[in-house]
Amino acid sequence: MRLRRSLTRALPLTPAVALLLLFLAGPIAYCAYIAFTDLQLTGQAHSSFVGFENFRAAFRDDAFLNAVWLTLVFTVLSSLVGQNTLGLALASLMQRASKPVRTVVGGIVVTAWVLPEVVAGFLLYAFFRREGTLNAILDWLHLPTQNWLFTLPILAVSFANVWRGTAFSMLVYSAALNEIPKEITEAAEVDGAGGWRRMWHITLPMIRRSIGTNLMLNTLQTLSVFGLIWVMTRGGPGNRSQTLPLFMYEQAFQKSMIGYGTAVALLLLVVGSLFSLVYMRLLRTEV
Amino acid sequence: MPVRPTAAPLLLATLLTATALSACGSGSGSDPDTVKVSFKQSTDNSIRVMDTYLGEMKKEFEKANPGKKVELVPIKAPDSEYYTKLQQMLRSPKTAPDLVYEDTFLINSDITSGYLKPLDPYLDKWPDWNQFVDTAQSAAKAQDGKTYGVPDGTDTRGLWFDKGIFKKAGLPADWQPKTWDEVLAAARTIKAKVPGVTPLNVYTGKPAGEAATMQGFEMLLYGTGDGTSDPLYDTASKKWIAGSQAFKDALTFVHTVYKEKLGPDVSDALDPNFPTNVRGELMPKGKLGINLDGSWLPQDWLKGAGHEWPEWSQKLGLAYMPTQTGQAPGKVSMSGGWTWSIPAKASNPDLAFKFIETMQTRANAQKWYIANSGIAVRKDVASDPGYVKAQPGIKFFTDLVASTHYRPAYPAYPKVSTAIQEAMEGVTTGDSSVDKAASGYDEELKTATDNQVIRK
Repeated sequence: MRLRRSLTRALPLTPAVALLLLFLAGPIAYCAYIAFTDLQLTGQAHSSFVGFENFRAAFRDDAFLNAVWLTLVFTVLSSLVGQNTLGLALASLMQRASKPVRTVVGGIVVTAWVLPEVVAGFLLYAFFRREGTLNAILDWLHLPTQNWLFTLPILAVSFANVWRGTAFSMLVYSAALNEIPKEITEAAEVDGAGGWRRMWHITLPMIRRSIGTNLMLNTLQTLSVFGLIWVMTRGGPGNRSQTLPLFMYEQAFQKSMIGYGTAVALLLLVVGSLFSLVYMRLLRTEV
Repeated sequence: MPVRPTAAPLLLATLLTATALSACGSGSGSDPDTVKVSFKQSTDNSIRVMDTYLGEMKKEFEKANPGKKVELVPIKAPDSEYYTKLQQMLRSPKTAPDLVYEDTFLINSDITSGYLKPLDPYLDKWPDWNQFVDTAQSAAKAQDGKTYGVPDGTDTRGLWFDKGIFKKAGLPADWQPKTWDEVLAAARTIKAKVPGVTPLNVYTGKPAGEAATMQGFEMLLYGTGDGTSDPLYDTASKKWIAGSQAFKDALTFVHTVYKEKLGPDVSDALDPNFPTNVRGELMPKGKLGINLDGSWLPQDWLKGAGHEWPEWSQKLGLAYMPTQTGQAPGKVSMSGGWTWSIPAKASNPDLAFKFIETMQTRANAQKWYIANSGIAVRKDVASDPGYVKAQPGIKFFTDLVASTHYRPAYPAYPKVSTAIQEAMEGVTTGDSSVDKAASGYDEELKTATDNQVIRK
């Protein structure tokens, strides 16, 4: 009797579960399977199972280790430091700004976010290239110019990602800041707490959960950035801006090694999960 | 944004798998009366040479074969992404077209994968096949001795030079260097006497892709040695050649060009859009002294092609690329080209071959060679005065066919090519010495070819 009732209740969920299995679990399982084969896009009549060989090859491959390092640099610089702090700063400044300022600044920041990744990539390519806007400005200020995409590629693409992605953090933090009860801030003000103290002791602890969620989403999004870097530098010059997604693309589609590329994708997944675990730990401790 | 933390990694996983698997285009039922033709559409919207030509062929075919239809399936992508897209389409009968445009660069690789159908039964019954020159007939011949594609022309390579810049530098208008050193000497003269121009362009590095390997490195490498044996691949032992002096010599040339600043600024040379800039801007604006490049350049300068520049034939001169020290045969060229092939999973192969026959009648082939600045592979067209006179430079590049080389386009070649680009990039940026870059290549070669390597 009871079993039948719970079965009846579960029935409406079946299509959803089936869809999830088909479109989510299915591809992941297939992906995981391919990572253990030597499947190639072309140049091979049959693929075979090779065990952990792809993963061993990755850790022996200097280009892979280089990509891991650059991915960490890119993520920490553009997501943790850039988007997150800048987003928080913008959100708190806009709390106090007048409505027109808020609309204009918000509008500009959100536009950068709404633009398709490839379009943003071209815009920033035009900004950083040798005849680009940045050098025009520097030249006007009588400062030395250089080809930024060549001399500091990883910084240039990190900046691009900050430019593009800050809006998301700003929106998350604006929402969080709005939820802090006015009375608490006012009370602190009456007690004589200055701006920095209020930030440190009241605002930050109260939006702690949002910080965690924001960091996690930002990081995961940044880890998989591909189009932006592809358009701006193609991972070059040399491999100096080749993050894991670009490395993966090169192995899978340019060198045709789908098996190896997929193994790298799985490793990228592991990196993402590690970040997530750290953030979840941070979130768990309550104030 | 109340997304549950655990959902995020899952989300990422989906994104990644989606990236890895988003191969499938729209599947479609096969209609026995429609032949689906996939080809590479230029990423430059103003260049519609192939679209126009295929449009005409479609009309002619449909008129001659009532009830039959041609569906053109353009793939708009740069070379390297076109190959990827095509290979993904060829994997499944749902997405495989009936006719594909294949670069000879990858054809052996795709044959090994079983993506293509041997055409011998059709070719045996097709009288026009005898008109194709021998090298062209073997362009798409696999190691199994069967032929998998009908070439629609070929290409050759040489030195393009700007007569205006040469005049200012005091160099002759009928310049023809005999050795590598004479090429470098001319570039040095230009650097000294004509400021503000790039003396010599040799494509380099991964961003330029196969252009760096073929127009750049191999034009040097195949000019070393005796001019008959292949410096990349040893046919006798079926192994790839590592550690050769010729390889280092070619790298040294590239190194010299960029170290002495005879070439473009390194950051420009490694810009992925550089090959487009060379054809569209540097050359027409008289900013490039010597350019080591292919026979197809005028395609971009023809009327209606986007960067119209009809005066090019008065402004530019042509010279053969010499061998290293002037040893026989004195000149070098590399050839590639594209072929029409029928996928193994095509639903209407017979109709597809009929369409090849339409495109390759003598008149249509000639029309196509002229439209895309291609080099004829049909003997009857090559000797036709109408073809020879159609465009300045055609005779120069057609004569090179006799002394040209083909790449060892075996399945490992694309990886070998990437390894070459990496070695070039190392010496171009100055990140590695010639010796270090060459030994890096040797290492990569072992991985790329499954250790099928011989030292020479």
